[in-house]
Amino acid sequence: MSKRRSVGRCRDRSADSLGPEMNDRISKDDVEKVARLALLHLEPSELETFTGQLAAILDHASDMGQLDLSGVEPMTQPVPLSNVMRADEVGELLDRGDVLASAPCSEDGQFRVPPVLGEPS
Amino acid sequence: MTHDGATTYPTATAIAEAVAGGTLSASAVLDAHLARTAASEGTIHAFNHTDDDAARQRANEIDARVSAGEDVGPLAGVPIVIKDNICTKGVPTTCSSRMLDGWIPPYDATVVRKLAAAGAVTVGKANMDEFAMGSSTENSAFGPTLNPRDTTRVPGGSSGGSAASVAAGFAPVALGSDTGGSIRQPAAFCGLVGVKPTYGLVSRLGLIAFGSSLDQIGPLTHTVADAALVLDVISGHDSGDSTSLPTPAPRVSAHLDDGVAGLRVGLVRELMGDGIAPEVLASVNQAAEALVAAGAIVEEVSLPTIDYSLSAYYIIAPAEASSNLSRYDGVRYGLRVDAPTTGEMMERTRTQGFGDEVKRRIMLGTYALSAGYYDAFYGTAQRVRAVIRGDFDAVYNNVDVLLTPTTPTTAFKLAEKVSDPMAMYMNDICTIASNLVGQPSMSVPFGLDSDGLPIGVQLMAPTLGETTMFAAAAVLEAAQPLGSQLGSPRTLVANEGGL
Repeated sequence: MSKRRSVGRCRDRSADSLGPEMNDRISKDDVEKVARLALLHLEPSELETFTGQLAAILDHASDMGQLDLSGVEPMTQPVPLSNVMRADEVGELLDRGDVLASAPCSEDGQFRVPPVLGEPS
Repeated sequence: MTHDGATTYPTATAIAEAVAGGTLSASAVLDAHLARTAASEGTIHAFNHTDDDAARQRANEIDARVSAGEDVGPLAGVPIVIKDNICTKGVPTTCSSRMLDGWIPPYDATVVRKLAAAGAVTVGKANMDEFAMGSSTENSAFGPTLNPRDTTRVPGGSSGGSAASVAAGFAPVALGSDTGGSIRQPAAFCGLVGVKPTYGLVSRLGLIAFGSSLDQIGPLTHTVADAALVLDVISGHDSGDSTSLPTPAPRVSAHLDDGVAGLRVGLVRELMGDGIAPEVLASVNQAAEALVAAGAIVEEVSLPTIDYSLSAYYIIAPAEASSNLSRYDGVRYGLRVDAPTTGEMMERTRTQGFGDEVKRRIMLGTYALSAGYYDAFYGTAQRVRAVIRGDFDAVYNNVDVLLTPTTPTTAFKLAEKVSDPMAMYMNDICTIASNLVGQPSMSVPFGLDSDGLPIGVQLMAPTLGETTMFAAAAVLEAAQPLGSQLGSPRTLVANEGGL
């Protein structure tokens, strides 16, 4: 549903310290930078399309700025489990040959990659 | 091709009883399903991978064990389809992505092991939206799946191949995964029962991760009893999954006949208005009346911040996805596009290996997690998530379960929404809150629209409230208008030629 109803927790957006950042419109430069961080190459036409689409999604998400979240702890996961450990016993292990068989390139029981050192930054 | 509502397929419950009792062979059951697959898979495209010979061998093995007097388990001879993001040892698992084309998992997911131990026969790996990102199965690198109820329409997604395979009679059961509605929405679009269990109830060892604080595996079936049967097999603690609940799993099958006398049911006001198709609303109201007729007390309730769940979800899920999908770099799995240096190789591999929706979400998540925006987007979304959970906790002080639409509309046309991501995301408005709060929910078929397309209604329950939720679902199923489902009569297998 696209309409926002006014709810008890709403407050004036202009008073929202998170608002300004969330309402900054994502730019083509931002998208280019994010693509680089994510190791994705975008053609100029893709950059255009993705920037428009990401802006529309982020615009929608900026409605969260309407809520008063002061004093609310972030919820990272639904179940409050932490530092879960299983018993320290040797279990069933994956076969190295099976694992490497599905890798793009392997040698001497290891994953093989092209040169890493000395590559242009 | 449009099926009429009278088409029926045997249920998993009936098949397992007949096979275990020796009145029907697993091989005969399998052959009937393979014949239907051969006849219409060319049109539907539910599968990424099938291996009929391996399935036949497995069915023969079950039959031999039954003949030897062995108890082969509660899913004796039941054909089952596995979504292609769940690892199957020695069998390709692609997530419908070029990125994993050719990758063969070296182990079985815990759910696959449990199904095998219960006597099920895996028949194939189901098509899906790439890495489970989408609501129509049009984001598959291997082409879309069509809805068996109307092949001009999508089956929903991301578990669209799973839903279509059950709706078309290729198997009575499929496993899907649900991060924001990916089991329930396709179940609604295809006229099936689809369940998203409590977060942590079903092991995710071997489920290829999308949004780790949201993902759950669950069944898609023709009937509520079949869904209960399968859930009871796959649920339970797994030391191989650090998010697996340490508490004993509820046994839902034992509570299907509990009824709803005195049960307090909340109709969620915010999901009963603008943006929901009138015919869908009519079905939800009719479902509420059916519960009242069975002794439940239905009242309107409010989840005041549920409208913000879409915003929180489309920050949190992409943030988690961008992290989870960083492992696809051309080194360990599947695709590598060669280049002179490792850095270039990784960029070319990711650029060619991922489709547009996956790239969109990786970039959105990377942006939301990047310096300067982390607290504004990701931090805010996590706080909104806490507030929404608080709303749910408050409402469950007064009611036992919630009733809502599963989807704003019935199945939409192919290509109708695929070029507008925001329009596609709006489709998840009724389902995503359950994933954010980590509580169980399920879609049950309830009526048809004027085009003859199935309508799904959604039940939600508090953490580990599966038994109550299933009892209510069973009441709705018994009261549902004719034609809602393709499959059903439980007596089918006992009848001659009922397969």
